[in-house]
Amino acid sequence: MSSSPGSRRSGAGAPILSLQGLVKRFGTVTAVDHLSLELQEGEFLTLLGPSGCGKTTALRVVAGFERPDAGTLTFQGEDVTEWNPQRRGFGMVFQNYALFPHLDVAENVAFGLKSRRRPREEIGERVEAALERVSLPGLGSRAVQALSGGQQQRVALARALAIEPPLLLLDEPFSNLDAALRERTRTELRLLVKELGITALFVTHDQEEAFDLSDRIAVMDGGKLRQVGTPEELYRNPTHRFVAGFVGRINALEGVLEEERGGVVRVRLDAGPRWTLAPGPEPGPCELLVRPEDLTFVEAGTAESLPGRIRDRRFLGAYTLYFVDTETTGILEVVSRESGPVEGEAVGIAPAPGAGLHVFPAVGAS
Amino acid sequence: MSAPREAPGKRTLWMALPILALLVWLVLYPNLFVLGESFLEDGVFTLEAYRHFFTSPSELEALWGSVWISLGSVLLSGMVGIPMAFLFTRFDFPGRNVFAALAALPVLLPPLVGVIAFLFLFGESGILTRTVQLVLGLESPPWRMIGGPAILLVHAYSMYVYFYLFVSAGLARMDESAAEAAWSLGAGRWRTLFRVTLPMLAPSIVAAALLVFMTSMASFSAPYIFGGGFRVLTTQIYSSKVNGELSMAMVETVVLASVSLAFLALLRRYERGREYAAVGKGVGQIRRPLQSRWSRILVPLAAVGGVTFLLLPHATLLLVSFVPEGAWTVQILPTRYSLDNYRSLAADPRIWRPVMNSLQMAGISTLGVLIVAFLSAYLVVRRRFRGRGLLALLVILPWALPGTVVAIALSTTFSVNAPWFGRFVLVGTFWILPLAYFIRNLPLVAEAAKASFRQFDPSLEEAAHSLGAGWGETMRRIAFPLVLPGLAAGGMLAFVTALGEFVSSILLYTHTSRPISIEILSQLRAFDFGAAAALGVVLVVLMALVFAVGGRYLRAGRVARG
Repeated sequence: MSSSPGSRRSGAGAPILSLQGLVKRFGTVTAVDHLSLELQEGEFLTLLGPSGCGKTTALRVVAGFERPDAGTLTFQGEDVTEWNPQRRGFGMVFQNYALFPHLDVAENVAFGLKSRRRPREEIGERVEAALERVSLPGLGSRAVQALSGGQQQRVALARALAIEPPLLLLDEPFSNLDAALRERTRTELRLLVKELGITALFVTHDQEEAFDLSDRIAVMDGGKLRQVGTPEELYRNPTHRFVAGFVGRINALEGVLEEERGGVVRVRLDAGPRWTLAPGPEPGPCELLVRPEDLTFVEAGTAESLPGRIRDRRFLGAYTLYFVDTETTGILEVVSRESGPVEGEAVGIAPAPGAGLHVFPAVGAS
Repeated sequence: MSAPREAPGKRTLWMALPILALLVWLVLYPNLFVLGESFLEDGVFTLEAYRHFFTSPSELEALWGSVWISLGSVLLSGMVGIPMAFLFTRFDFPGRNVFAALAALPVLLPPLVGVIAFLFLFGESGILTRTVQLVLGLESPPWRMIGGPAILLVHAYSMYVYFYLFVSAGLARMDESAAEAAWSLGAGRWRTLFRVTLPMLAPSIVAAALLVFMTSMASFSAPYIFGGGFRVLTTQIYSSKVNGELSMAMVETVVLASVSLAFLALLRRYERGREYAAVGKGVGQIRRPLQSRWSRILVPLAAVGGVTFLLLPHATLLLVSFVPEGAWTVQILPTRYSLDNYRSLAADPRIWRPVMNSLQMAGISTLGVLIVAFLSAYLVVRRRFRGRGLLALLVILPWALPGTVVAIALSTTFSVNAPWFGRFVLVGTFWILPLAYFIRNLPLVAEAAKASFRQFDPSLEEAAHSLGAGWGETMRRIAFPLVLPGLAAGGMLAFVTALGEFVSSILLYTHTSRPISIEILSQLRAFDFGAAAALGVVLVVLMALVFAVGGRYLRAGRVARG
């Protein structure tokens, strides 16, 4: 993930945008529940979560389309909570693009510049430059309906960028594109945003999209912020049960956390075996989450070994994904780089050396 | 995401309050006033007038007459309109497009004009009547164009269009694969028609039926001209008013309004209930060429015959408009033709004055309607505020109120000068008719504007805001241009409707500002049929012109929107 240009900083210097305890209710539903978040200048941050988690509402609060019921929004050190959208001047790309159907491509892109009463020649130049930037040069006189979905998406982006916004807001802008186009477009988007040095707040439910684009990701669930971090942090060290389950493939096992003499912490799985952990969590019933690549096949019969039988396997190029049927804990996913056991074979499963074992209090336990 | 739109409280309120106040004053208040008056006798509460209404044979006869004429109109219009919709949507034959367009012709006859065209055709001394009399060698006319059957004939002619248009639209929307599925499951052609196709069309058919029922409850011209001794509520209200029996007129108005409002409620409930649009992608309608040899001859023949019949009133009107005064007495066809009637349109102020009056009053009322309809449509569709439901109701309410009811309400309320009670003397002045036209046409234009607002996504306005446009600029550069085609079409329709308006005019007009329809009536009373017809032709031509221009403009608008 570190091959992209630009920096992935977190928490250096004064934030350009800061959300403090934002609350937004619709009737009895709390769509955004005390959301606090900071964006650094030039950062690409994504709000990630399942549909209905409040991410779009949060973005609309930042844009100024929704007034929060509580909390403040600070931009470049100024409280902008009460500002209306046009005063904020954030560029926004809408999910359905929201291109003006009665205006042609150039008029769409020029819209914000005309609102700012820019001289005619300047508007013309900047429109052409904006269209060139999104690889649509010379298409200014086209009707927006005559464009393909991908082109419309670029016009929407060009229109938002033409006003040179200090902050760019993107609401699932790729959801109406087909898979291949989506992948190419998001690479272009990240390169463009980084090249222009724009701070961007992006909303998506697509984890892969978030990982591809973002410097940092904020995972939301049920209106609440669950964790903020770089993609790698979220993947390697999820601090919340929801994040662990939502980001990447993972196995969930149940057990009891026990502290033994000498400070050694072990999980006694309900299925029998005991796995050793790094010290930290409180003893008691727990849920253990392990990524498929953190499990490995071991000899059956040891104290560590969880018995199972290979149910199916999928060759995925760099590695093979095994589906192991353990009678006690259902189907577990295990990744192996070597060609290992075959279908129907009995195996033992244990944590790989140095594996990340993520322990959370069992559901229902205090 | 269709989250509720943010209401920047103050501006919404400042905009909504004046419009709400205006509509409460002009729409709600006069009707409540009539309701109140119907219970008062010399300032004392009494049910006497109602007791009188529900015990008087002639009043009950009028109520019953209105109801059965309306039921009959629904039945007859449906029997004509539904088969025609099937014919033109399902089958292909030479000239289909032309006939399909001509089938909507009755729309191009303002109420009173259509009725007098029928008079010239089927009346006692009408062209068709005398032809039949001569051919059969009869002593007296073969029929008399009078009473219930005459009203039903006119209604069926002018109202089948609702069934034709609604069912055609329903058929066009319908997923043909549902019928194909029925065939594949072994259902025959008739079983498919009655068990699948017609039930799927039920929403269109029911909506058309309710509309025809309401229109015919409100119908005044046909019963007024052809009624003879036949009583319906609208004509009963008119004669009570003219005879000075005001309390009876109030009660009759309340009864008529109640029936109409009940049907509005029914219609709304029904529309909310069901909509069978195609669920999946489906298969569109496929037009079949006619199969058998007989149908290939008979169907186009029937189509030509039908369209000729539809065109007869228009042709008759045009023909009679060339007849100078006194040149058509006992002959089948008039003996002399000249341009006299059209010349006097330009020369005789008695004739052209009403045309100018109508143009002026229609223009003023339409301008008012456009402004109020645009703003209230914006408020109802885009804003959330207290009183939004009330606003939506007040805007649609006049649509359900017969013109007679509107006129009685206005003439009752605005006949006294009591500024503290919101009452001013408008009766007997120029302003009463533009006001009546304004109220009657508001729903039409507001619905068109609402539909246009609903068609474009609110995110367009948000996009404009995010690009730095304020509220006013967004309205000017985004909302208004996008709503304009719908608004313009509605406005043009309102204009021509006001131009030919008759039902409220007859209760409210003053001699100096009399509209075209009233002049047609007085020429008719003076037996100057030619002059009446010439005025009718002027109305029809203006209407056709507006539809032609409007249609083109609308199509252009649709193309721009993809």
